Amino acid sequence: MLTLTDADRKQYENIWVVAEVSSGRIQPVTHELIGKARELADASKSQVWTVVMGSGISQMAESLFAYGSDCVIAVDDARLNGIQDEIEANVLVRLIRKYKPEVVLCAATTKGRALIPRVAVKADCGLTADCTGLSIDPENGDLLQTRPAFGGNIMATIRSPKHRPQMATVRPRVMKAPEPDKSRTGKIIKESILDTDADKMKKIIEIFQSKEAAFNLSDARIIISGGRGVKGPEGFELLKRFASKVGGAVGASRAAVDAGWIGYNHQIGQTGQTVQTTLYIACGISGQIQHLVGMQSSDVIVAIDINPDTPMMQMADIAIVGDLFEVIPEILNEIPKL
Amino acid sequence: MKIVVCVKQVPASNDAKIDPVTKRIVREGIKSIMNPFDLYALEEGIRLKEKFGGQVIALSMGPPKAEAVLREALSAGADHAILLSDRAFGGSDTWATSYALAKAIERIGHVDLVICGKQAIDGDTAQVGPGIAAHLDWMQAAGVMEVQVKDSSIIVKRMHEEGHDICQLQLPAVITVVKDINTPRVPTLRGRLAALKYELPVWKPADIGADPEKLGLNGSPTRVVKTQPPDPRQADTIRIEGTPKECARALVHELRLRSLI
Ligand SMILES: Cc1cc2nc3c(=O)[nH]c(=O)nc-3n(C[C@H](O)[C@H](O)[C@H](O)COP(=O)(O)OP(=O)(O)OC[C@H]3O[C@@H](n4cnc5c(N)ncnc54)[C@H](O)[C@@H]3O)c2cc1C
Repeated sequence: MLTLTDADRKQYENIWVVAEVSSGRIQPVTHELIGKARELADASKSQVWTVVMGSGISQMAESLFAYGSDCVIAVDDARLNGIQDEIEANVLVRLIRKYKPEVVLCAATTKGRALIPRVAVKADCGLTADCTGLSIDPENGDLLQTRPAFGGNIMATIRSPKHRPQMATVRPRVMKAPEPDKSRTGKIIKESILDTDADKMKKIIEIFQSKEAAFNLSDARIIISGGRGVKGPEGFELLKRFASKVGGAVGASRAAVDAGWIGYNHQIGQTGQTVQTTLYIACGISGQIQHLVGMQSSDVIVAIDINPDTPMMQMADIAIVGDLFEVIPEILNEIPKL
Repeated sequence: MKIVVCVKQVPASNDAKIDPVTKRIVREGIKSIMNPFDLYALEEGIRLKEKFGGQVIALSMGPPKAEAVLREALSAGADHAILLSDRAFGGSDTWATSYALAKAIERIGHVDLVICGKQAIDGDTAQVGPGIAAHLDWMQAAGVMEVQVKDSSIIVKRMHEEGHDICQLQLPAVITVVKDINTPRVPTLRGRLAALKYELPVWKPADIGADPEKLGLNGSPTRVVKTQPPDPRQADTIRIEGTPKECARALVHELRLRSLI
């Protein structure tokens, strides 16, 4: 495989973000990645470039400067309808060869997770999925990529010493989006698709946007989450009442989802969604590591459990020792009508 | 149709501990199983074969003991199975793994469709399926929940964050499948007996014409430099005890102080 010498490696500079475009919008995860890329670029004295591929995206490119991008490469083409991994991969590989970025970050979404491994193979470079930590090694400038392994029981730090760019994916809501600074400006480079990029194209038969699938836990400011301690679907009715009283959404542990008490799209954790809410109230969730990785960066964590010694009760900001079936109805009484 | 299903042997549990002295991951005494997502890939391959004719070939890369998952695939209805096993494959990351599997698929020849599970539960990367497609330069669809064959193309339905889409792609292609796609069958006794007798070919790098520079550690751009237990979140926990009413009052008070409600 093609490995690079020190001299070759020096030609690679700048931190790239591949924007997540879906439903005709640049998704917020893009801003989170740009925020992280900005930190890495400042540490390595380089720039942040964002690649936006889609149909009719030129108008949106400008908005990315405010989050910390110095340059935006816009590839605006009607053929880029969100399902053409093959074309997007070819375009990215070509742009990577042309501009030689040192790092490429992409969202670990359904789309990003299909696209970016194709790019990494074609561009002969290393890729680390679902990173929760990214930093630049001050000694040699390599990107240190930390990710959970073995179901979250271990954190592994990975690097690609001899290949460039170094590629990583990050799940939505793992990094914090920076406050936009409207005064920032930057450069826009327009690139187009070559016919050779589009030799393989999927034919769309149907694209369906659903409210239910769009139900996004991560948009909620408050999440009331239930685990095995909730004991059944009736228990989740109590949590729903709690959630609607405080304007929140209902989350769940895998144990509750596997028991069939609530749908999979409510599951939080390693094999569910990652959330970063202002307030997370865990009711009858013991706090195994696979659950914690999906919610531990929430601002305030409250735990309600009969067992005072669970991992969740230890890590919570506020731990209530008690039976959730007794405590929650009292909380509902205490909260004044909104 | 000639269908290759890629299967991986994984540990049944993720209870990995770090040895405090050697700093290596200790996984002794943990049972091995077929990666759960691959069961769905295998079932889909067998169903397509039953409907459209052809054959299903189960393919795995791993240590010699990984033949167990291939025999399991045979007992469920795969027609053939091939194990890629050699020291030279050891230490492969997703780049090198997908390279070796792609070379084996080329060697098998005239393959129409490759089916993989959405991801393996040990590595959780979901990178090998699209990686195989990239090495072969075939079309790909990840996260498929329904597949139909139409002439020399397939029509697939995929779920994503915003809903779902249905699209058509030309064969040959690589797809990865999610659990919703089917319910895997239980192997029959006859299948199990036949699987036991099957003479399982073991392929080495030379058999697939692989470039040794692209295999194993040599062919893996990534290096694991450190493993450690996850950091606990630091919190000065406020502990509330008492009657349910007292607990509720204290909590509402604390949340109000922080303007959370
Ligand atoms: C590869 C892998 C991936 C995984 N992914 C996920 C994931 O994405 N998300 C996830 O959540 N898990 C995941 N898990 C499972 C995880 O390891 C735990 O099994 C699961 O989180 C446990 O759920 P729980 O806390 O609800 O149940 P338990 O651990 O059984 O905890 C229930 C808690 O409820 C308390 N309780 C009982 N009755 C009451 C009551 N009346 N009032 C108050 N408290 C009460 C108990 O004291 C206990 O603390 C994964 C596991 C593996 C191996």
